[in-house]
Amino acid sequence: MRVMPYAAIGAHYAIHLPAPDDFAFWRERARGLVQCDIPPDRVSWIEPGGIGDLFASEGRETSLARSDKRLPVPPADAPPVRASQHFLTLARRAALHSDPARFRLLYQTLWRLQSNPRLMEDKADAQVRRIEELAKSVRRDAHKMHAFVRFREVTEEDGTPHFVAWFEPDHHIVRAEAAFFMRRFANMRWSILTPRGSVHWDGETMREGPPARIEDAPGGDPVEDLWRSYYASIFNPARLKVSAMLSEMPKKYWKNLPEAALIPQLIAGAQAREAAMVKAGAREERVRPASLAEVTQGIAACRDCLIADCGTRAVAGEGPERAALMIVGEQPGDQEDLAGRPFVGPAGQVLDDHLARAGILRSAAYVTNAVKHFKFTWKGKLRLHQSPTAKEIDTCRWWLEAERAAVRPRIVLALGASAARGILGRTVSVNQVRGRPIPLDDGAELWVTVHPSYLLRLDGAARDEQTARFAADLALVRERQAAD
Amino acid sequence: MSVPTLRQKLEILADAAKYDASCASSGTAKKNSLGGKGVGSTEGMGICHAYAPDGRCISLLKILLTNHCIFDCHYCINRKSSNVARARFTPQEVVDLTLNFYRRNYIEGLFLSSGIVRSANHTMEQLVEVARILREEHDFRGYIHLKTIPEADAEIIHLAGLYADRVSINVELPTDAGLTRLAPDKNAGQIEGAMGRTKARIIEAKDERKRFRHAPRFAPAGQSTQMIVGADDANDTAIIGKASRLYGAFGLRRVYYSAFSPIPDASAVLPLKRPPLLREHRLYQSDWLMRFYGFAPGEVADAAEADGNLPLDIDPKLAWALKFRESFPVDVNRAAKEQLLRVPGLGTTAVARIIAARRHRTLRLDDVAQLTASIAKVRPFICALDWRPTLLTDRADLRRLLAPKQEQLELF
Repeated sequence: MRVMPYAAIGAHYAIHLPAPDDFAFWRERARGLVQCDIPPDRVSWIEPGGIGDLFASEGRETSLARSDKRLPVPPADAPPVRASQHFLTLARRAALHSDPARFRLLYQTLWRLQSNPRLMEDKADAQVRRIEELAKSVRRDAHKMHAFVRFREVTEEDGTPHFVAWFEPDHHIVRAEAAFFMRRFANMRWSILTPRGSVHWDGETMREGPPARIEDAPGGDPVEDLWRSYYASIFNPARLKVSAMLSEMPKKYWKNLPEAALIPQLIAGAQAREAAMVKAGAREERVRPASLAEVTQGIAACRDCLIADCGTRAVAGEGPERAALMIVGEQPGDQEDLAGRPFVGPAGQVLDDHLARAGILRSAAYVTNAVKHFKFTWKGKLRLHQSPTAKEIDTCRWWLEAERAAVRPRIVLALGASAARGILGRTVSVNQVRGRPIPLDDGAELWVTVHPSYLLRLDGAARDEQTARFAADLALVRERQAAD
Repeated sequence: MSVPTLRQKLEILADAAKYDASCASSGTAKKNSLGGKGVGSTEGMGICHAYAPDGRCISLLKILLTNHCIFDCHYCINRKSSNVARARFTPQEVVDLTLNFYRRNYIEGLFLSSGIVRSANHTMEQLVEVARILREEHDFRGYIHLKTIPEADAEIIHLAGLYADRVSINVELPTDAGLTRLAPDKNAGQIEGAMGRTKARIIEAKDERKRFRHAPRFAPAGQSTQMIVGADDANDTAIIGKASRLYGAFGLRRVYYSAFSPIPDASAVLPLKRPPLLREHRLYQSDWLMRFYGFAPGEVADAAEADGNLPLDIDPKLAWALKFRESFPVDVNRAAKEQLLRVPGLGTTAVARIIAARRHRTLRLDDVAQLTASIAKVRPFICALDWRPTLLTDRADLRRLLAPKQEQLELF
């Protein structure tokens, strides 16, 4: 069989490209053909292995060398071929597309550009749009390659690390994109293997290799376990948006991504995880109680924390509905739970004595607790008081805030750190904030002092000192009340 | 308690970092590892290396140095009163993780934040130390985003900017009242003061580089911030107003909006109702309208409904167009770019294409259809050579026609 690579049958030219991504070769030939005035319908562009490539087995180099003689030589006075910068940029990319018609399309457009230099601006033209589409999908493929190549580390015989990746691009982008990886990993030895050819960088020079198979790449890397842990942890199950993920990371890429194997189980577990979080954390939607009566009803039925489930009763606040002073304790104790009223036990006695001495009328104040149920542990037959946790105080703030909104006191007296947290929402040190007012959002002011039960736990000099300070704090509140 | 393994620490500290919305790795100075000793490059556009099933991209290794915290901010999973597992990385562990991930092409770089331990200064020093080891000892040239702590000294924050591509300080909540209520240890004045100082440093460093080629860069990718949406009662109009003030006053690259989402062991002060995720999306859309479409903050606010919130069923641009119908239809063959940008359904790309194409032909509706994603959405608001939406624009039920169809429920 005779070798005839550029078959000039009836002045029809078949151009064989040496490689599917050889834009420079196409540019060279296209320039000559335009200068010889050969219209697009008389040229076919054939890539290696492509349809019409009858001569591939004959050895491309020799056939090309011979074929050049068969191409018409452009006349010496032929005008230079012109194309816009925009066309060149797009064409360079579009040439890497796997569409077999791309070189024909590019030549057609180059041909039309000679008579209409501003053709590329006409975005409504079908061929211009097609080139843009091709370029765009090549750009996307390249971008996905930058993103989804995953190197695995292997140790070479000489003990040096070698990072090897397997990737399956849609288009002929491997050679073009090798430079990106060289700039990024300049001081690393790496290889990227693909079915369209491979590239190798040893820290100094780039080498190209033949198409590879997935078996040529290493099968795993211990760091991938850490990466999968990270992937699973950074995912927020409360905001599942699978379609958004799929549009950017289509399933075709999943098989070569170590983290993708986790996706189905993460999606399946997400709803369950969010439901559990909501159940443990927030409560169902509710309307804030508008009156003290609603608060009293509400706390009796409240089961937002475990304290409420111990068989005790909810102890509501008591006092005038529009009291100027609100006194907040920590939580009902044993006696309060039995009586159903706040501050009736030993600590209540201490409080009453001190209030009377300071000249504060308890009956004119609204008295309540930061936490509405009694928290205790059994010790024999005794119910021993246990401090509520910050979380429990915060949960109960819902009711305390409703009480504050209903009573609207001008002064709030918090007894102890738990009460202060119930009002402020943060933990403060009683010793640091006592003795001066803290302004609150609604214009009221907060005074913080110790809880009277603290005085009961002290002995001797310490008790006398703290009692004096407690009395002094109450006196300040009284002064403030009088000034109001 | 046993000492947690590296993997357990990574799980705890990545989990703790996921409520930070920012993931961008774009817009920094170009650099690569040629001629250096290490790895890394940034080429303008950031790369998303993976996507999680929540639709968010994974571009950076986003972790906390530690989730121990002395602050008690109610919306935060790491607040001191929260009952979560705690862990702490050493700076070296973070450096090794970053490099190991980077060499395998999993990430673009590091986004490091931290709970406050001991003091703001101590914490900030630890964050800067990670960046220093990466940059100086390993010649790392990838992307680094450091969260800065407004309470820390200006000198340490300055160091952070020298090593990092981007620094950010979260304003956290759209209103000062919300901040006082939900983040009692933070102070709005302090946050804005630190943002102002960072802005000044960025401008200073840019100016120096114009005069001295080797002047050090300072946060070449600028600064950004994040606001939590739906944790307090600020409406969209207030949020948009705040964002535009921040863009103007501090030259921010981005304001991120994070819809408050249920967190484990949530504080009881938080609202019981979580905001729809769509609200966050609408805020981003309005953000884009201000940054790329020439809308003034007041105009976006005009698109809001009576309660000051943007409609959820339609996008803010369409909402604006439906309210200001007298501005339409716009003639695609004659209208100025600014007018075309106001047409619902025309993006910046489509507008550029229309302007380029109309130099060559008088556009028909079919031509416009080739240049845009959806002609159905655009049609009521434009005129073309063979098209006038005479009746459409005035129809009272136009909103119903254009709003995305409600999904019909299946029979149960």
